[in-house]
Amino acid sequence: MDLSRLERRSEVEWVVPQSGSMRVPAIIYASEQLIAAMDDKVYQQATQVAMLPGIVQASYAMPDAHWGYGFPIGGVAAFDPQEGGVVSAGGVGFDISCGVRTLHTGLALADIEAVKTRLADTLYARIPAGVGSTGDLRLSAQEMDEMLGGGARWAVARGYGGMADLERIEEGGCMVRADPAQVSERAKRRQRDEMGTLGSGNHYLEVQKVTRILDASRAAAYGLNEGDIVVSIHCGSRGLGHQIGTEYLREMAIAAPESGITLPDRELACAPLQSDLGRRYLGAMGAAINCALANRQILTELTRDAFHEVLPHARLQLLYDVSHNTCKEETHDVDGQPRRLFVHRKGATRAFGPGHSELPSAFREAGQPVLIGGSMGTASYILAGMATTGSERAFASACHGAGRSMSRHEALRRWHGRALVDDLAARGILIRCPSLRGVAEEAPQAYKDVTAVVEASEQAGLARVVARLEPLICIKG
Amino acid sequence: MNNWAHFQHGADIGVRGFGATREEAFVQAAIGLTAVITDPESVAAVFPVTIACQAPDDELLLVDWLNALIFEMSTRRMLFGRFEVVISGSELEATAWGEAVDVARHHPAVEVKGATYTELELSRQPDGRWRAQCVVDV
Repeated sequence: MDLSRLERRSEVEWVVPQSGSMRVPAIIYASEQLIAAMDDKVYQQATQVAMLPGIVQASYAMPDAHWGYGFPIGGVAAFDPQEGGVVSAGGVGFDISCGVRTLHTGLALADIEAVKTRLADTLYARIPAGVGSTGDLRLSAQEMDEMLGGGARWAVARGYGGMADLERIEEGGCMVRADPAQVSERAKRRQRDEMGTLGSGNHYLEVQKVTRILDASRAAAYGLNEGDIVVSIHCGSRGLGHQIGTEYLREMAIAAPESGITLPDRELACAPLQSDLGRRYLGAMGAAINCALANRQILTELTRDAFHEVLPHARLQLLYDVSHNTCKEETHDVDGQPRRLFVHRKGATRAFGPGHSELPSAFREAGQPVLIGGSMGTASYILAGMATTGSERAFASACHGAGRSMSRHEALRRWHGRALVDDLAARGILIRCPSLRGVAEEAPQAYKDVTAVVEASEQAGLARVVARLEPLICIKG
Repeated sequence: MNNWAHFQHGADIGVRGFGATREEAFVQAAIGLTAVITDPESVAAVFPVTIACQAPDDELLLVDWLNALIFEMSTRRMLFGRFEVVISGSELEATAWGEAVDVARHHPAVEVKGATYTELELSRQPDGRWRAQCVVDV
């Protein structure tokens, strides 16, 4: 990225001042090293988002930002419905509520090492993943609507997990404004065989070891100790979410001129929050969020079953579940006044800080866990939200992962799946994946340095680094 | 030499098709879409699926075409290797031939979530060939 167009406000804050059609400035949080390596599209997209109607305060990009669809991946933007603010299907994306949940296991490394291959094979056999895979659960039309309205709450009522899980999920596991009637029959059809499936690409299920505690008191609040074994699941709203994204993106792109919205990029397709189309999209998006939450809840039960088959004394308890492709209605302080805003986080995670009323009591003092997936084979991190009244940045948002630094195309040219799998196995990391090409595309070196990303996030006041996790087993589709 | 190609995009993949006609470019883009998942040559053209779509302009029609294929692949658990496309005005009618996904044979690399408007283009090249392209989200 050409840094000469940016004003540097601090070690990790870079500003594109408002000019031309921009309604607000664009602000990128990143170290100098990270921002210099960012593709120029991040600049272009962050400044284009700043042109959208009703945008409040600034258009933000996180330290892991890269080229996305309309919005940069790692983009955050909030809109005021009373100022003609918009909701953008492109700003939420094709994988609505893609997110991560992390589970404690109560196990130690020695427990895993004794059965690692068998555990990897059992997880791989029990978790449907990849193209052509299907889930066991088939929902009737009525059950589908109940799931779309109930999310993880619905899943718990159906026997997947327990009530204790729900307070460890954003929104208590259910988006109350979801409207299943706004979800098309085609989207429901696409979901029919996919309940409880992992997907593919950068989705995964990882068994991880806590290798380092960086914030002792927050780690204690989260129940994390060095040497603990945890499991993380990265997955979204499956076919239903993808179909909703596809359909509403199209409808918004076609309708935009009628609403007087000039789209600098068709991918920024949006509609006024206070329009019929905007309301319908929010209802459908809410349903898709519920689908993702239900799906991760079902996957959790499948994971629990797999563990119990191999390690009967394992106890998988949910630490937290976060989503990173959403538009959420939240109240934020803007220039000293509380305002009701619709906050888009595209490849960015909510990071509520200490004291926030929406957090379960266990986290009220520490702040929200922010689960950051690294690349396969490197490291992941658990952070804690830092935002408090007066110190909030980017509407209490943080990064979501390492972010790709190289295209899939390029990764395929450089690496071979077989060599990668063998390399990782030699380091004690077992990969299970139906496609070696898929493995090559997900090569660790194709991603940014996740440690640099989380350190920049902490320096920027977005989220504090609490613990470092390293993989032992990785299941991919 | 293929009449289809992939091009770079940060997190995902661009698909591109070339042809003497728009229809042929659409066919090649569809082969490029299959190639994101598996080797198109490995897909037997056994079972036909008919597809119809309509869009206000040619570029949206290209995205609709690819999204229709993505929907059929997803719901039928199929891959497609051969295509016939007819475009009349704003309407597209097509047949796609393929077979059920066989993980052991096709080794599908990744699932395509949807075709996007990023780098979306349908245009005539200096040599007279049509080029159809867009980025697909994986």
